[in-house]
Amino acid sequence: MFGGQYIEDRIKAPKAPGPAIIPFITAGHPNAEDFKQTLYDLAKKADVIEIGVPFSDPMADGVTIQRSSHMAIENGVTLTWIFSQLKEIKLDTPIVLMSYLNPLYVFGLKELVEASIESGVDGYIVPDLPIEESKELNDQLTDAGLALIQLVTPATPSDRIEMITKQSSGFIYAVTVKGVTGGENALSADVTDYLEQVHEISKIPVCAGFGIRDKSDVEMIAEHVDGIIVGSAIVETIEQGNSPTEFLDRLKN
Amino acid sequence: MRSEDQNLLKALLDGEFPDESGRFGVFGGQYAPETLMPALKKLEKNIKIFLKDKTFQEEFVKELNSWAGRPTALTYAKQLSKRWGVEVFLKREDLTHTGAHKINNALGQAMLAKKLGVKRIVAETGAGQHGVASAAACARVGLPCTVYMGAIDIERQAPNVDRMKQLGTEVISVMSGDQTLRAAIDEAFRDWVSDPENTHYIIGSVVGPHPFPFLVREMQSIIGKEARQQMLNVEESLPDAVFACVGGGSNAIGLFHAFLGDSEVELFGIEAGGTSDDLGENAATLASGKPGILHGTYSMLLHDNDGLIQETHSVSAGLDYPGVGPEHAFLQSINRVKYSSARDDEALELLREVCEYEGILPAIESSHAFVEAKKWAKDNKGKRILIGLSGRGDKDMPTLSKLMHE
Repeated sequence: MFGGQYIEDRIKAPKAPGPAIIPFITAGHPNAEDFKQTLYDLAKKADVIEIGVPFSDPMADGVTIQRSSHMAIENGVTLTWIFSQLKEIKLDTPIVLMSYLNPLYVFGLKELVEASIESGVDGYIVPDLPIEESKELNDQLTDAGLALIQLVTPATPSDRIEMITKQSSGFIYAVTVKGVTGGENALSADVTDYLEQVHEISKIPVCAGFGIRDKSDVEMIAEHVDGIIVGSAIVETIEQGNSPTEFLDRLKN
Repeated sequence: MRSEDQNLLKALLDGEFPDESGRFGVFGGQYAPETLMPALKKLEKNIKIFLKDKTFQEEFVKELNSWAGRPTALTYAKQLSKRWGVEVFLKREDLTHTGAHKINNALGQAMLAKKLGVKRIVAETGAGQHGVASAAACARVGLPCTVYMGAIDIERQAPNVDRMKQLGTEVISVMSGDQTLRAAIDEAFRDWVSDPENTHYIIGSVVGPHPFPFLVREMQSIIGKEARQQMLNVEESLPDAVFACVGGGSNAIGLFHAFLGDSEVELFGIEAGGTSDDLGENAATLASGKPGILHGTYSMLLHDNDGLIQETHSVSAGLDYPGVGPEHAFLQSINRVKYSSARDDEALELLREVCEYEGILPAIESSHAFVEAKKWAKDNKGKRILIGLSGRGDKDMPTLSKLMHE
């Protein structure tokens, strides 16, 4: 089992009761040596793992992921390195890469599909690739059974949400806030209405992300989504030398 | 030019580019986060209305003339002409209000933003000229303005920082990334993403996702329209060659556009050659870059084999940018404009020559254009050339003072 269907199945049948949990880490942050071990640890609790490919200009990211991305680049982390590391391990959890378009484009889209299959990458999230520009990558990925996970935001009109969900596979990424990742602001009260709306329109699972930091955030939206993506908060946990698995446990218990 | 290039040029002149997908040939597009897409589509729709709206155009031209100091002069450079053996004409954007061509775009977009009913403006700035222009234009139309500026640029363009503040603008120092123009653009986008309905981002050059490269070009094309007519009035003839410096490329696009259809006029864009041809020591994107995606557009770009954007170097903050407008990449690909680069020391040498012989202090950015013009003149004696003097060099005095006292 691999690719879009694998991701979807795992989100529908999470390891622990409640919504599926999708932690995000930046590859090779804070150091490259621990990357594989961190993935093994996360795989015990995570239903899908999202791995950030560091980029020099992460314009959709807040300060935490800017910092982790910068540090990973300093550590010599590249897309090629990430594939080589993933080839060396076997996880029983789907892997999704989050990358800005330029590193993927430079790698080559055909080569990207081959490397993804060889190293067990199931799908992609590309924050600077709206549906207007995504046909080429989407065709390449979906022809091979891999997922291109598209994003919707509270600024997206409902007819556009429909178009986007139709072109998404694996799950639909519902951004909970206007703004960049790891926002300081609490989730707004009407976020549940928006998530319900996305849920109603989407035929594939809906996972919410951006600004989800703790158990109370999870409780607030749990009933309205199929999965939850936790990024900046877990990156900070790892940065401080604390256990990411304990952090994941605390999200649900 | 090859016939296929001729056809592409004709398509551009006929208004077929940017096309439905926001592209000039293969370059351009809309690689923006989903949060911005509704705002970009709204802007696209409104541009179509307002750029054709007679009342808006009349108001814009009136403001350009009565507030921003247009039309700007065409100056015959007597001494340079004698020294170089060609007839040298200068298009004097340095004479505009706030001292550079940037005001054309800042004023136009601020007026447009006011019509769109947004509540605040964000802008980025490298040399500080676009920041000052945005600050002034926002004060004029009555909108609050926030300008993002790299920490390194804040230091080397100090006079402009205080000018912005004096004009009531909030200046935010960007400590992330390379702390220059590129990081300032990243940060302005991040701000815009957090409130796209109520904020308008006045991008300062012909870069960014569609419709910005088109919008900024339309605001800047007044430069070439005026210059072409002035050449005909004064000389009864067009120039043989036109020179302009290129960072993101807004003054160059603005100057070139009116001449694109004049096949006898050669066009030259000059980028920042920095200190050497090595990656990281210049900002010569068109001369030594590869295609890639940055800040919402597919264009030529300075990036490495992993797709990471490279740091750039130029003595001129305004040219210190690893990307370039997609329309320039297109004009290069169809061989209509020739692009080359000038080194830091060459630009500074020409800056001094223009000061000494014409009594004009050009911006270090603009001085890059003079370098290529002087070289070209050597093999083209007796010809007539036009140089885009995009801005004045007052803002460069901290850099120049340091060099004078070294």
